[in-house]
Amino acid sequence: MTELTKTGAAVGEPSSGGEVPRAFLDVRDLKVHFPTDDGLVKSVDGLSFQLEKGQTLGIVGESGSGKSVTSLAIMGLHRLGNRGKNVRMSGEIWLDGKELVSASPDEVRRLRGHDMAMIFQDPLSAMHPYYTVGNQIVEAYRVHHDVDKKTARRRAVELLDRVGIPEPDKRVNSYPHEFSGGMRQRAMIAMALVNNPELLIADEPTTALDVTVQAQILDLIRDLQKEFGSAVIIITHDLGVVAEIADDILVMYGGRCVERGPVDTIFYEPQHPYTWGLLGSMPRIDREQTDRLIPVKGQPPSLINVPSGCAFNPRCPYADVPKGGITRTERPELREVGGRHFTACHLPQEDRTRIWNEEIAPKL
Amino acid sequence: MSETDTRAGTTAVTDDDDKPLLKVEGLVKHFPIKKGLLQRQVGAVKAVDGIDFEVRRGETLGVVGESGCGKSTMGRLITRLLEPSGGKIEFDGTDITHLGTGGMRPLRRDVQMIFQDPYGSLNPRHTIGTIVSAPFRLQGVEPEGGVKQEVQRLLELVGLSPEHYNRYPHEFSGGQRQRIGIARALALKPRMVVADEPVSALDVSIQAQVVNLMDDLQDELGLTYVIIAHDLSVVRHVSDRIAVMYLGKIVELADRDSLYASPMHPYTKALLSAVPIPDPRRRAAKSERILLRGDVPSPIAPPSGCRFHTRCWKATQICKSTEPPLIELRPGQRVACHHPENFEDQAPQDTVLLSAAKEAAALVADEVLAESAQTSAAVAAEASAKEAEDSASKEPGDTSKEPGDK
Repeated sequence: MTELTKTGAAVGEPSSGGEVPRAFLDVRDLKVHFPTDDGLVKSVDGLSFQLEKGQTLGIVGESGSGKSVTSLAIMGLHRLGNRGKNVRMSGEIWLDGKELVSASPDEVRRLRGHDMAMIFQDPLSAMHPYYTVGNQIVEAYRVHHDVDKKTARRRAVELLDRVGIPEPDKRVNSYPHEFSGGMRQRAMIAMALVNNPELLIADEPTTALDVTVQAQILDLIRDLQKEFGSAVIIITHDLGVVAEIADDILVMYGGRCVERGPVDTIFYEPQHPYTWGLLGSMPRIDREQTDRLIPVKGQPPSLINVPSGCAFNPRCPYADVPKGGITRTERPELREVGGRHFTACHLPQEDRTRIWNEEIAPKL
Repeated sequence: MSETDTRAGTTAVTDDDDKPLLKVEGLVKHFPIKKGLLQRQVGAVKAVDGIDFEVRRGETLGVVGESGCGKSTMGRLITRLLEPSGGKIEFDGTDITHLGTGGMRPLRRDVQMIFQDPYGSLNPRHTIGTIVSAPFRLQGVEPEGGVKQEVQRLLELVGLSPEHYNRYPHEFSGGQRQRIGIARALALKPRMVVADEPVSALDVSIQAQVVNLMDDLQDELGLTYVIIAHDLSVVRHVSDRIAVMYLGKIVELADRDSLYASPMHPYTKALLSAVPIPDPRRRAAKSERILLRGDVPSPIAPPSGCRFHTRCWKATQICKSTEPPLIELRPGQRVACHHPENFEDQAPQDTVLLSAAKEAAALVADEVLAESAQTSAAVAAEASAKEAEDSASKEPGDTSKEPGDK
């Protein structure tokens, strides 16, 4: 117990049995499946990770790898209204000592917006076109705080100012369509931060933005995190973005984590062939011009028919290195390969190190 | 027929300099804004506002810029999907500026387009066979060995299986659809392919496949590409020369290596510095980043003089009053700026910064400013020394953006 309090994370008593969580956000064996007419879509299939306050976790992966579904699951957004009937969720999500998967919708609603908030990719569709930006921020504030409209409005102006919107006392009365893309994203960040959430999830926050605006927004998120000390999850397909902002990286493939570790380890000593593939696919602006990119062959897997064994095996150039076809029959478990560095791969450690050092790293 | 032309075009290097494949002069496109009952014109969106460039045979010209800078409009103008409001477009010596639909038809064989959205650009009710054979049907071309065989050859060429002939677009993933779009564009053996954001809708691993495919096809078929994209890393990878656009103007046009090694226009410099670098150890070097203030101004009423002066940290009075021409300051590097980076100042007498520039400079790290002043001075000194000696050495004075080697 002393060890737990040292992390400063385990505050509330767990409502059900099982091990008390150690981290501020502790996701354990999370599964999110959607039954459809074509079969069961296993969007997230056994994902575990931890995140402390003040830390940033970058989740990277291709479309359909389950990154967004994970974030929606943490926010409890899969179970809203009728949608709850079409999803099967299992596992545990511990946020500050409270378990969210088994919590009632009302309990999750009290946390959503207050303890955890989300920034979406497309602010134009995430904001209501019929209400002014100010009204939407005021609403988010008043749901969780018993204050009059005037106070809430002052708070909205204060936050618009904080996220760098010029003339916030005027722009608070603007509608979302009157803002440019970058300003809308700032307004949405203001809305997410209005209740000082301890967990902020940003789902592709800069994908729809131009590169100069992206730089502004990433800077803003970084500054705000320093100021508010929240835990941040940033979901993106852009390895450049995570390299700039994340402390830890989680690489997802086919609904599972294939590699997880501190940002330096993932970039300089990656252990999973898929991570190698991602690094090789990227044209690098900071390096000498290479003649060719090294793409990953084939297509991302269907989540209804995830390949047996390691989900990456049909695209993996090293699938036949481990003997006995184990890559096709047995699903690799996430194993620690170094300090806080985990990977799920059947390749023997020495082969992985050798391949990375001799075959992959020189070509990047 | 056109095939032999292209081959000749790529091999005959001597032709390259004096006869570009595409020549654009003073190209303008204004979209009118109409209002009221009488639909009177009250203004215009100046999407493309006077640009000059040429595309050489067999090269890849990359066009970069932020959304709203007019790069896509430019692409649609040179393929003549839009009618220009002014200027001149010459394709292979023929003036195509105001050709009608009928007049353009023979040229459609030579100029093809690849679109951004692989979902929107393929008719969902047509099979892949119908889609890829449409160019043959429309142009009345009967390829050797029949249409079906040719289509299947094209599908193989872009890395799809010939059995996909009878399938529908929804059965394919984004990357595969983009390959179908490429196959269609290549059906008539065009000489120039204009690709508008060809890979931005694709996942990273698939993006690399398509970039490599386009690369191979260029080598194999001697294609000339105009690639419009916002991703500066991708553009650097694929292009020979790059045009940077800002608010309907080309602000810098240079060969790839000069542009990335020593950008001259402050906007290019800011754009390059904003690209997130996938290398966590460079995070410490973040101070190199130039943050631009605010947003791109509206193309309905673009700023006077140099259009970048409202956000530029070097802007002076002359920038506000006089529009800088796009001139070749260094061999192969054309820049439209009064106070270029990494080069001699073009308006040294004008030193008083605008108040907006002072605010903008507050966002730029001191080291960057100091270094830029230093390099400019060094280049100026070098230039005068060179004038005196008339020596042939032309070392670019800048090493600031030199990529690390590991």
